[in-house]
Amino acid sequence: MISRREFCHKAVIAVGGIMIPLTALELFDPRRLAAEKGGSGTTRWAFLVDAHKCVGCGFCVKSCKIENQTPYDSNVSRTWVERYVVTKDGNTYIDSPKACRDGFTTTKIDQNHQGMKDIRTEDVAKAFFVPKLCNQCDNPPCVQVCPVGATYQTEDGVVLVDRSWCIGCGYCVMGCPYGVRFFHPEHHVAEKCNFCYHRITKGMKTACVDACPFGARRIGNLRDKDDPVTKVIMTERVNVLKEEYGTKPQVFYLGLSMEVK
Amino acid sequence: MVHGELWTIKEFFVYPNEYIYWSIQIVMYPFMTGLVAGAFVLSSLYHVFGFKQLKEIARFSLVFSFALLPCAPMPLLLHLQQPLRNHYVLMTPHFSSAIAAFGIVFMTYGVIVASELWFVYRRHFVETALGLRDRPRSLTETLRYGMARMLTLGAWDVSEPALEKDEKAVKVLAATGIPVACFLHGYAGFIFGSVKANALWMTPLMPVIFICSAVVSGIALCILTFIVISQGRIMINTWKLKHDIGTPSPEELKSAELTIVTQTSRYLLIFLVLAITLELLDLIFRGYTAVKSWDILRSVIYEKDFVNIFILQYGLGNVVPFLLLLLPGLTIRRAVAGTLLVLLGVFMMRWNVVIGGQAFSASFAGFMEYRMPILPTSMETLKEGVFGALLVIFTPFVLFFLLTRMMPVFDTKDSH
Repeated sequence: MISRREFCHKAVIAVGGIMIPLTALELFDPRRLAAEKGGSGTTRWAFLVDAHKCVGCGFCVKSCKIENQTPYDSNVSRTWVERYVVTKDGNTYIDSPKACRDGFTTTKIDQNHQGMKDIRTEDVAKAFFVPKLCNQCDNPPCVQVCPVGATYQTEDGVVLVDRSWCIGCGYCVMGCPYGVRFFHPEHHVAEKCNFCYHRITKGMKTACVDACPFGARRIGNLRDKDDPVTKVIMTERVNVLKEEYGTKPQVFYLGLSMEVK
Repeated sequence: MVHGELWTIKEFFVYPNEYIYWSIQIVMYPFMTGLVAGAFVLSSLYHVFGFKQLKEIARFSLVFSFALLPCAPMPLLLHLQQPLRNHYVLMTPHFSSAIAAFGIVFMTYGVIVASELWFVYRRHFVETALGLRDRPRSLTETLRYGMARMLTLGAWDVSEPALEKDEKAVKVLAATGIPVACFLHGYAGFIFGSVKANALWMTPLMPVIFICSAVVSGIALCILTFIVISQGRIMINTWKLKHDIGTPSPEELKSAELTIVTQTSRYLLIFLVLAITLELLDLIFRGYTAVKSWDILRSVIYEKDFVNIFILQYGLGNVVPFLLLLLPGLTIRRAVAGTLLVLLGVFMMRWNVVIGGQAFSASFAGFMEYRMPILPTSMETLKEGVFGALLVIFTPFVLFFLLTRMMPVFDTKDSH
């Protein structure tokens, strides 16, 4: 029979023994992972793209690459612009050569391995441009799947990557339905648009917003009811990309056509 | 150059950042864990459920499973962009990610297999050590003696009751090992099945499909290796017989080998049927429900990857070996062909899931083709090319050889 004293003694040791590994986990757990979802702060960054205004000049891509030091000639980019050409027979052709870094310099559509597709002007039913960037989802699948918590959501809604902690497994790249993630060619870790977090937290606009000559890109704070961007999102008919994935994207579009992928 | 750009060919519209990021090593990863889990399940069929016919191969497959074990995380290491940070998964696991559990599941499983092995071989270690203790030893014998002594972990008791306890422990460990092995592999399936961004991967059937094909591949590899080793022994014994050294006659060995192979392949067939049924169910379901992604999936499955899926995987990898192993009068030669084809089939299944899942753009408006690097021209193509894959394939055989130096899988006396 075990005595009461002995039982208490052993119980304390056992509980203590269990606690040690638990505290070890706690120690390494970055506090930011616990950052409240939905947040209680006064800021929730959101983006507004007016597709009507975009002309596909590519200034946004250019400025983003320079600002965020994505190697200029690499075939990846934090933001890009897609061109959609819908022909009268109902076909849709899409391209984004060099992520539209240099704009669209030819009317031919880049079909990658299939070469350049020439479409006669008279066959075109409609054509338009759609800028793309990270949607800073409210329910980000990339954050969910990161095995080490190297990618995380800040309280003001932006999803960031910790370059010193990313192991480069690529699970987040696979988990993003929008294809915004890639491996940085020099740092060899996951990389993505972060709304120029270093700028917006200092009261500046993102590089792409500043570079856009037509006001097609705007950034705002959803928690500020007087923010002009918030007002547009609240009062006008806006849309988001791939809502069906349940990611709750926070980049809103004006003039989004059904052909947009 | 961007990671993945080297081996990706884009067609039509693909998002600028999309490449085939998960390449050959991610094909190898579920293939290898599948073999581990399968080999273990095979050995457990004997230890837990007492399928006496599997006795000979049970011990063999347990050791083989242990040899395969370190090779399951190997492809992951070779694939990581920051391989030196691999331990972060253990240090700061982010449990909403399926990968985060890998370290824990893998180590739990490793501990179970290692302890089961110890209980199975404890008697052998003790006897080896005792046999070598009180006599002059050569250098290799001294090494063997030292190893055996160490491996007994100080448990020298080989009396009847002690051995009975061992046997009980083996049974318990083998029983707990089955769900853990299934979990180890089922959750590899979950890693893919839970990616909602990927239309081909996302299905709740994925873990179950993975487990069934894992058992199939594990059994196939065990049968194959068993045949190869048995044939080697037969050859040696024939030679010995010619020189009048008394050993079991080659005929005895041959008939024993065939019986084991025939019986084991029955279990293989059961799991093969299960695996194919589930895979076809998945395919039919996708075609019938035809959600948004079906258009692009159909062109990948029925056009782009037709040869890989229907010829190599289902045809050569499933139907042909199914017939080879099912038709009466199984011969060793047919078993070899059958198991080789089964392994091809399971490998192609992994390939078609991993590479096939990246064969189309998330925009559903374009395709990506994977050109596996053959000649290593850089560290990247060395790790994630043919060389890296071969390294992963051959390592377990080397480890198996080393393990069997201390843990022989044939002609052992004890009761397990």
